[in-house]
Amino acid sequence: MKALFKRLQQCFPLSEITEQLNPQKGSQKNSQNSDLAFITVASDQLRLVLTHLRDVEGFTHLVLLTAVDWLEEDQFQLTYLICNRSKKWDIGLRVFISREAATMESTHDLWAGIATYQRELFEMFGIDFPGSPRIDEEFILEGWKDLPPYRRDFDTLEYSQRTYKDRPGRETKDPAEHMKQQLYKDGG
Amino acid sequence: MKKELEKRVIKGPDGFEFEVEPLKDYYCDAPPTVQTGAYNEIVEKIFNWARSESIWILGFGTGCGAIEMRPLMTPRFDAYRFGVQWRATPRQSNLFIISGYLSVKTLKRVVRAYEQMPSPKYVIGLGSCTINGGMYWDSYNTIKRLDEYLPVDLYIAGCMPRPEALLQGFKDLKGIIREGKAEGANLYAENFEWYKANQKKVILDWDMPEYNW
Repeated sequence: MKALFKRLQQCFPLSEITEQLNPQKGSQKNSQNSDLAFITVASDQLRLVLTHLRDVEGFTHLVLLTAVDWLEEDQFQLTYLICNRSKKWDIGLRVFISREAATMESTHDLWAGIATYQRELFEMFGIDFPGSPRIDEEFILEGWKDLPPYRRDFDTLEYSQRTYKDRPGRETKDPAEHMKQQLYKDGG
Repeated sequence: MKKELEKRVIKGPDGFEFEVEPLKDYYCDAPPTVQTGAYNEIVEKIFNWARSESIWILGFGTGCGAIEMRPLMTPRFDAYRFGVQWRATPRQSNLFIISGYLSVKTLKRVVRAYEQMPSPKYVIGLGSCTINGGMYWDSYNTIKRLDEYLPVDLYIAGCMPRPEALLQGFKDLKGIIREGKAEGANLYAENFEWYKANQKKVILDWDMPEYNW
């Protein structure tokens, strides 16, 4: 994996590689999981890196495309997880895009399956991928008019209280306080 | 409105052109009517006894509770010994078990299926999600009170209730039917506007007829 990263670095401007720590032996030296790594790529470089990894380095399988909403940093993180089947390597390519104009270049021509992920991201996060097939069609939600529900500034509790009627009499207890009352009646 | 539901002119294979309006042509849009009981109280009681012994469940699992119905269909819990059976289509069933959480998207299909069932029909709400939202109390996508949208005859509480609880529920439902109190279909017909208004409040892309019979 390190050698691959060195080869990549000669072709593209890349961030430091982040390798996944093995949870059991995380503290020991030389114990990093060598088959999973993450690299941050600039959004205009993504297509080049993806194509290179797919055609030259044998990362032929797209595992998933997903997004993370970093509300405080005001950006979305897109993660393209791709896999080299013969070497059993996984690489996650991270792309950070601005939250305001959430637009990313569509890569559906590299893997046809990416179009489905892009439709989902368009609907749930509001990230646009111009030119992606059927991007404007409804994917999961039907007739949704509100903010995209996976955005962290969408208040799902407030929406549900506004839309669906509560049944009176429902009470919520803090689990820790409740068990304390149950177990130690004198107050612990 | 979906394109295939719009009014349009179609050219047949013989070159003959004709107009199609799917919402009008394929559905009866007359609202449901209240069905009165039999002419005689004794006859109505016999009817109710027969109805209670002839429960056909629609095999439509809306949420995770559907998994509790599989052991009931099979020899371990064997609901068939109580005369409770599952059917594949709403036209052949009279009991709708809303099994667990109900998303708005599923609610749309549930309303269609419920309206297609022949009267008298019954609804059981299974699990706490149908009662007050359960663990999906803050979800943007699941309803909290089932009885806002469909007339519910019986709730079975739990998350999830065991198959034994369902068997007890069937027993209780039979009692309710025998007493003549399972009037869900009539309740739906009487308060049709109220139910429709509630349904339309949450189903945002309403592209079906008012009544799906």
